[in-house]
Amino acid sequence: MKREIPLFVTAAVGLFMILSFFVPHQAVSVPADFLQQSAIIIVAFGIVLGGANLLRVNLEAVVRRQPGWTYKLVLIAGLVVTVALGLIEGRDFQAAGTRSTWIYDQVYSSMSSAMFALLAFFIASAAFRAFRIRTTEAALLAVAALIVMMGRVPLGGVLTAGLPHELRIETLAQWILDVPQNAANRAILIGAALGVMATGLRVILGIERSYLSGED
Amino acid sequence: MPHVEHGGRHDGRDRVQHRAGLTAAVVLVSLLALPARSQVTAVSGAPLVVVPEPAAAKPPVPAPVPGAFQAPRPARGLIWKDVPDDAGRAVDLSWESSPDDGIQLVDGYYLMRSESPGGPWTLVDSVTARVATCRDQSTSLRRDVAYFYRVDAYGPGGVTPAGSVTGPAIASSQWFNHTRLSVLLLTMLFFAFVLFFIQSAQGEGKKPFLRRIPGIDAIEEAIGRATEMGRPVLYVPGVQDIEDMQTVQALIILESVAKTTARYETPIKVPVSYPIPFTIAQEMVKSGYVHAGRAEQYDPESVQFVSPEQFAYVAAITGVMMRDKPGAHIFLGAFFAESLLLAEAGHATGAIQVAGTANAGQLPFFVVACDYTLIGEELFAASAYLSGEPKLVGSLKGADLMKIAIILLVVVGCVIETFGQHGLTQWLATQ
Amino acid sequence: MSLAAFFERLDRRWIYVIMALLVLVPLLWPLNLPLEASPPVRAYHDAIAALPPGSTVLMSCDFDPASRPELEPMTRTTLRQLFRKHCKVVVVVLYPGGARLVDGIVQDVARENRQVDGVDYVNLGYKAGNEAVMVLMGQSIAGTFPRDHSGRDVTGLPIMQSVRNYSSCALLVSLSVGYPGTKEYVQQVQGRFHIPIISGVTAVSAPTLYPYLQTGQLSGMLGGMAGAAEYEDLRLERGMASRGMDAQSLAHLFIALCIVLGNLAQWERKRKEAA
Repeated sequence: MKREIPLFVTAAVGLFMILSFFVPHQAVSVPADFLQQSAIIIVAFGIVLGGANLLRVNLEAVVRRQPGWTYKLVLIAGLVVTVALGLIEGRDFQAAGTRSTWIYDQVYSSMSSAMFALLAFFIASAAFRAFRIRTTEAALLAVAALIVMMGRVPLGGVLTAGLPHELRIETLAQWILDVPQNAANRAILIGAALGVMATGLRVILGIERSYLSGED
Repeated sequence: MPHVEHGGRHDGRDRVQHRAGLTAAVVLVSLLALPARSQVTAVSGAPLVVVPEPAAAKPPVPAPVPGAFQAPRPARGLIWKDVPDDAGRAVDLSWESSPDDGIQLVDGYYLMRSESPGGPWTLVDSVTARVATCRDQSTSLRRDVAYFYRVDAYGPGGVTPAGSVTGPAIASSQWFNHTRLSVLLLTMLFFAFVLFFIQSAQGEGKKPFLRRIPGIDAIEEAIGRATEMGRPVLYVPGVQDIEDMQTVQALIILESVAKTTARYETPIKVPVSYPIPFTIAQEMVKSGYVHAGRAEQYDPESVQFVSPEQFAYVAAITGVMMRDKPGAHIFLGAFFAESLLLAEAGHATGAIQVAGTANAGQLPFFVVACDYTLIGEELFAASAYLSGEPKLVGSLKGADLMKIAIILLVVVGCVIETFGQHGLTQWLATQ
Repeated sequence: MSLAAFFERLDRRWIYVIMALLVLVPLLWPLNLPLEASPPVRAYHDAIAALPPGSTVLMSCDFDPASRPELEPMTRTTLRQLFRKHCKVVVVVLYPGGARLVDGIVQDVARENRQVDGVDYVNLGYKAGNEAVMVLMGQSIAGTFPRDHSGRDVTGLPIMQSVRNYSSCALLVSLSVGYPGTKEYVQQVQGRFHIPIISGVTAVSAPTLYPYLQTGQLSGMLGGMAGAAEYEDLRLERGMASRGMDAQSLAHLFIALCIVLGNLAQWERKRKEAA
């Protein structure tokens, strides 16, 4: 029963939600809306669960003086201070001038932007290493990448301003995005969607059940 | 795409699930036979009741300026229609505009509703001039309750109620959304393909053929290399929560990977971004060790919850890469902007990297920086490929056949669109 | 030393230094390169321009500080265009970590255009739930967001008196960095509720949304900082995105050079090995 009950619940709820897409009647739509709202609540509770686990694991590491424990202490301090300030400041914790807002603007926002900005450096070193033309396909990839990269910035337009409109790099870049790229994206989208549906069907019908618990 | 032939082990217990799926399909089909209520009762109504100008609560409107403008002439011909394919929450109204509409005597129309032809009237909506339709979908509208409607023209000269009301208008719910028939048929076709091939694969009793997928074969190679180097394996199951099917798939594959690492006695590290996948990942790794007969070597600390925050998660993983220097990196699941950071930082450590995602926008970064990449649905084929179970492999064949059906539909659709026939496109467009 | 040997030995940090300089210098000394709007950007602009004045527009701002350089300029310029058309703007946030940032931008642009909070616009704040929230808004936006970002009861706000669900809105503007975002709105909302959708996304997400643009499920799209800059140019503004395009131009040129030089080094090495 340990596995059969979750399997049954998964099948029942999964099929019901599929049904709700086709059946507008209140006998189906009202419970389906309730389930969707419940999903929102469960997701929100999950954050609490995760925070508690984070504290437990990192506190243990600090107490046991595991390697890198000082960084874990910084993590715990950051978590506790941010939550405490938010609680103290109450409902208006997001208002201008609060300490929570200061943490968001000066710490979170800055660090988040810095991490995203690292992509620029990594793509430069990746491009240098990875766009090596060894095959015909690699050559097509490199040429398309060059055209789209230069076509999407004004410098590309300046460099090809003297050419006819059809041969300008921004026109070529737009054609690559509109036609071959679009076709390939659609194919991957359809294939991935079928993969999702097949996996979903296997999970709903209990054919794929290892996610429940691997132990028999 | 994987090419599958028949064959597979027989497992009678699973016939129950297949029957459940077929039963569900039958239920869906039978819904088509259920008459929608609006087909049995009147769908639209002409004005059924004529009453003199009612004396009822008037809607708010600025007081007319005496002598400056005259009150607009009334609108007429109000008719109602139950909105189809809904849960009885809306009624469509249309009318003939006031003859004074368009000559600045009409600013708009008020839609009034009552439960009896004589009132009291409640304002439910208003529209501007030159608009002669309105949908009543106010939260106060109750299904299967008879209402009467009236439309009042208003302008600078005052408000003029219509000479007649329409009703009884009833918002009723339907059992089937007919605009989604095409989706239903294609979905059932897909389910039928998958279930048929699952059943036939089991019936034949032998493992079906799957074409080689180098990225999945490379997973075991990567684990082997990490073992030779005496380094752990880093497995990242994506940055999304459990509702994303890619995360579910990544966690399923994790069990196979954990079983292999347990067999090779190689440590595995699994940083997870959300709490629910974290608990499932712990179970998957433990199960892998149990199935490999190495339950005593399972380390609960090998799976760690990190953070749902995308860049905090990737910062933690790159920290693990730099400090612990895993010999193999396996990135399977849903990834976004952090994909390049992970792959490029991982490349700098010299580890062998295998990645797989269905997020098409991130595939180029993995292709560029990783040794092997599973593209799109190859990720969803991985669990079937690794386990070799006939019912899982059979489902791949069903998905392949559906792809062929979609290709045929695309070709046929392109041809008939070229000849100016839009019926198929319109039928496929969902509402 | 041969080209191949030079690049083999080159410390990648030199590449990072050059990239940093190429981004920093144009920000300090702008090149003012000319911009020309691409068709998806024109369509985005025209979709807003075609709105009747006074229309209600739902704006879903689903981004966080990490994607600020690309999405903040789009948000500001879009809000300005909407406010100048006297549109009522209802803002929602489905992306965690973005609520505070989005509120700051909305208040800033509203103040600049003398719009009144609760009358001309409202920020309903963040709600967890992803697609479930999108579908629930189809029934009732006020029911899904009972309180706005400041904690006020939305049913008492003048702007919300005429806003029920998607059918009350003439347009949905989705400015998103990933998930949940435009793709989910197209999948869950566009087909069911028939509301026109225009979108602003990061450059990396833009190619994946071109199929929806081509089928008309999206009425217009801004792709990354380039799209934001082209949109600013159409609106005769010179904002953050326009200034950033000079830096992005040089960065792209440098990456293109890296690709070319890397291949030249590889060919030289192959030639030597063959010899």
